[in-house]
Amino acid sequence: MAVIQGLLVQGVQMTLVLLLAPLLTGLVRKVKARLQRRQGPSVIQPYRDLKRLLGKEVVLAENASWLFRVAPYVIFAVTWVAAALVPTFATGLLFSWSGDLIAITALLGSARFAQALAAMDIGTSFGGIGASREVMIASLAEPAMLMIVLSVALIAGSTQLSTIADYMAFSAVGLRVSLALGLVAFIVVALAENARIPVDNPATHLELTMVHEAMVLEYSGRHLAMIELAASLKLLLYVSVIACIFVPVGLAQGYAAGFALYLVKLAVAGVLLGVFEMSIAKMRVFRVPNFLGAALMLSLLGVLLLFVSEGM
Amino acid sequence: MQHGYAFDIAHMLAGGLVLVSFTMLYQDRLYALINVLALHAFILAASVAWQAHIQHAPHLYITAAIALGFKGIVIPMALRRMVFRLGIHREIETVVSIGLTMLAGIALVALSMMVMLPVTAHADPVAREDIALALSVVLIGLLMMVTRRNAVSQVAGFLSLENGVNLAATGAQGMPLVVEISVAFSILIAFIVIGIFLFRIRERFDTVDLQALDQARGERQ
Amino acid sequence: MIALTLACIVLLLGLAVAGAFVASAASGRTIVYGGSLGISAVSLLIALVSLAGTPSTVTLPIGLPWTGAHFRLDPLSAFFLTVVGLGSGGASLYGLGYGRHEHEPQRVLPFYPAFLAGLNLVVIADDAFGFLFAWELMSLASWALVMSHHREPGNANAGYVYIIMASFSGLALLLCFGLLAGPTGSYTFTAMRAVHPSPGIAALALVLALIGAGSKAGVVPLHAWLPLAHPAAPSHVSALMSGVMTKVAVYGFIRIAFDLLGAPTWWSGTLVLAIGGITAVLGVLYALMEHDLKRLLAYHTVENIGIIFIGLGLALAFGANQLPAAAALGLTAALFHVFNHSVFKSLLFFGAGAVLTATGERDMDHLGGLIHRMPKTAFAFLVGCMAISALPPLNGFVSEWLTFQAILLHPDLPQWGLKLAIPADGALLALSAALAAACFVKAYGITFLGRPRTRVAADAREADRFSLTAMFGFAALCLLAGVFPGVVIDLLAPVTQALTGTRMPTQLGVEWLSIVPIESARSSYNGLLVFVFITVSASLTVLAIHRFASHALRRAPAWDCGFPDPRPETQYTGASFAQPIRRVYGAVVFRSHETVIMPPPGSTAPARIEKHISDPVWDTFYAPVAAAVWHLSLVLNAMQFLTIRRYLGFVFAALVILLLALALWQ
Repeated sequence: MAVIQGLLVQGVQMTLVLLLAPLLTGLVRKVKARLQRRQGPSVIQPYRDLKRLLGKEVVLAENASWLFRVAPYVIFAVTWVAAALVPTFATGLLFSWSGDLIAITALLGSARFAQALAAMDIGTSFGGIGASREVMIASLAEPAMLMIVLSVALIAGSTQLSTIADYMAFSAVGLRVSLALGLVAFIVVALAENARIPVDNPATHLELTMVHEAMVLEYSGRHLAMIELAASLKLLLYVSVIACIFVPVGLAQGYAAGFALYLVKLAVAGVLLGVFEMSIAKMRVFRVPNFLGAALMLSLLGVLLLFVSEGM
Repeated sequence: MQHGYAFDIAHMLAGGLVLVSFTMLYQDRLYALINVLALHAFILAASVAWQAHIQHAPHLYITAAIALGFKGIVIPMALRRMVFRLGIHREIETVVSIGLTMLAGIALVALSMMVMLPVTAHADPVAREDIALALSVVLIGLLMMVTRRNAVSQVAGFLSLENGVNLAATGAQGMPLVVEISVAFSILIAFIVIGIFLFRIRERFDTVDLQALDQARGERQ
Repeated sequence: MIALTLACIVLLLGLAVAGAFVASAASGRTIVYGGSLGISAVSLLIALVSLAGTPSTVTLPIGLPWTGAHFRLDPLSAFFLTVVGLGSGGASLYGLGYGRHEHEPQRVLPFYPAFLAGLNLVVIADDAFGFLFAWELMSLASWALVMSHHREPGNANAGYVYIIMASFSGLALLLCFGLLAGPTGSYTFTAMRAVHPSPGIAALALVLALIGAGSKAGVVPLHAWLPLAHPAAPSHVSALMSGVMTKVAVYGFIRIAFDLLGAPTWWSGTLVLAIGGITAVLGVLYALMEHDLKRLLAYHTVENIGIIFIGLGLALAFGANQLPAAAALGLTAALFHVFNHSVFKSLLFFGAGAVLTATGERDMDHLGGLIHRMPKTAFAFLVGCMAISALPPLNGFVSEWLTFQAILLHPDLPQWGLKLAIPADGALLALSAALAAACFVKAYGITFLGRPRTRVAADAREADRFSLTAMFGFAALCLLAGVFPGVVIDLLAPVTQALTGTRMPTQLGVEWLSIVPIESARSSYNGLLVFVFITVSASLTVLAIHRFASHALRRAPAWDCGFPDPRPETQYTGASFAQPIRRVYGAVVFRSHETVIMPPPGSTAPARIEKHISDPVWDTFYAPVAAAVWHLSLVLNAMQFLTIRRYLGFVFAALVILLLALALWQ
């Protein structure tokens, strides 16, 4: 009986992240539009976009291989599994112990690997530019992420997200410098991984400024719908992880309260992201390594402070 | 190890000062550097004020006010005016790349931890970590002075170094007000003298770039 | 048990001799490779059976008359024998198909079984003489194989550097064993275990072992021969050298550092950690700069050896601080990576060999679009790339995960060196993993994807069925080891038990087949569930798309923002793909700079961009040493041309000096 209930809750969680992801993207776009004194598209526009894309014909390049056609499914499935492993409205879900934070980071790395390969499949220079810039950004963002995971795991004593969330919610962690450094570094990494300003512009049409857009340039129809939904899911995942580690209120007060608080956290994150994107300009590509290198240094500093002194 | 939230806030502010020092290392535009320098002074003022609160030492409030007033408002404004009037090239040239400088900064933090923590093993835990972090701020300020070519950014490094010394002194629970006021005045005088010299150099040589100034040294054959 | 292994080795040596006679015959290939395959399979089975059993020893009256030859099959040897057997079996199977394209089989076939014999013999040797004899056999046989295509440019130089470094490693190991032999001077390992050397002697012995075994394994700065020699050999031999011989070198280091030396010290842990971290990052950065496919794979071996040494360093550090459970975890992580790397590196070299046979090209910038012409090879190579980039649910991720868990274990270590080295190594490990993924996106994307850049790439044909069977076998092994890691961890338990005193918690009883390295509240990973999850999600997606989305699909020219270019030269090359990373890291690590040569307007000469990369290790270590040796030899050369009177004078002076020394010593 408990197993059935556990499976049900896990299934609800998976459906929930899938349904909420486009809403978050729509909210961010609305906030950005309002700050630019525009009306902006409706908050549910991404759902309409997905529906429209699903109904369209796929235009495939003549020399696209099976990898190009399979990649959107792989990217979407892997991102969905990673998002399902993050506690959103409750901890201790049935399968949350099958993958910890390191596994989630690596799953997102698999999605990126598939995306980069699909970009190179057609053999245009756009695919090459997107893939090479993406792996350069990842070569700094992923170590920074792993260092943050290390510092959080050293404080909480585990790499499992459920255990970390419980620890942060209940133990008197207090304000710790390493956590603050980790939070700053995490926000930088999240901006880089989700292709947000200042690292990449999600709405650009200029090839000099593209990273993610260049990789998906050749996709259309249902394939593009899966990739767009995977990108929204990734944003939701990062916001959920930040909420779970640094703002773990409501994770143990029952499902209804947890869910309501989760929606509040998502809304706050969406508004903050929109405001941040509007207040800063996109960086030149070769300033991004400095930016991410700073995040790596900060997270390394956080781990170092934990290793060399107790109680920091 | 858990302490009360009073100590946590003190740690947070000291760690924040280290974080802002790293942010200063990262900047490559002069106006942004001056803004971060002001932020550095604000955090120092907050840290000193908090120490005044938990140590029940009212004279430290005056130190905090001096830090806030002089180093947080007056000096950055003066620096901004200087940069504007000197027409200094607004980007900072670095000797080594920013990434390597930040890596050196991390090594310096590790070094100061390695030196300070064993030495102060029997002291009060708050003071221990504050002193180690303060030494890091001092060393990072020195690193900034060594790896920058522009004279104004060297002044910024010098001021952040002094902020680190201030943090160490207040953390050690024993800096009398008289020392603080005299140190602050000497910094002010040094600053005025540096400012006058910078204007003179600029009039004479049309630049304050140290590499260019090197040509004008007397000992060249 | 050990008698059977010795019998296998004798059979291999016999096969080597036979190979010299039947090499030119048409069936010579089948005899040698088929025989090697059979013997390797038997050896693998013996090793698996002995993994859980008690150690067995045997002494043969051959070799040195007062020592004889000792052989021992304990859990550590059994594990490495498994790795050797697996790798050599796969390479032999591959060789059955690949050997068809060998122009001079008489240069390869006799030495191949001898190489296998040497590999097996090193692992079971129980005295210093036997170990060094087998080590030299291994080096010489592989040198002969590296020189088998000696007329190709660069291969003769590669062989020359290789034999120098191999002799150097043998010398270092000889000195190390000499130090370990102690005052009794006995060469057997049993006697060496009983001797407890002073800390100074132990330190020197460890450094010598690191130099000797490390140079064979490929740690920086002794790695320079690896990217020259490994690509020069035929592809199945490259797979053996990268996948198996480097692991045998790691075995040598583990045997000396963990078994013969006694209790580890914290600074040895720090040293190994530092070297491992630097090796990992430098190896992958060099790999990223390469456009020769086999050289890229060889440099990547250097990175993985670095990861293995990070695990070994952690085991040493925790062992020195009396934390045996943590040491067991570190050692398990390192040994799991030994197994993983031998599997996926062999797979990747097999794929590179298939590409080489199909197109005659090793240079990535002359390939492209091979996924259409060689679909099965492309699929197997893709699995290898995913495994080596540490992507779940494959096996590379599990060993990396275990290493991270070991790093997390004890932040309260008292020594400052460890306090700084362990987080730094965590950062270096993470950096090398991310760069490895970048490297293999480049390798796979430029070689197999895109459009063919030359005629030979457009006309490539699929590999033969033996090669494909070997590749798919290893690919399946990658998936199985990733999905059932608990089995491998439990198989490794006897090894860690023997070397560190404890073992990791039993994995086979954990529910749902997760692995739990320390305790379940702390961290766990379930490869099977992740794999099932991904499959289920993908199937649900496919069903949903089939049900709700349009099925229409149309082929058209590539969009390319409306400016499609039909020429394949406008695609990215390997150098252009690596350019962002080269720009970020290269200025510091390689002193790289680019020069653009722009012809004046009106001239029809092409514009050129040249990138200059210098290898700092070569310039700092090898070039000065080589210059010094050359200079010394020039000076000493004068001794060849002396008169008889001068030579007699030398003899007289030597006699007088010895008599003087004798007088003073009294």
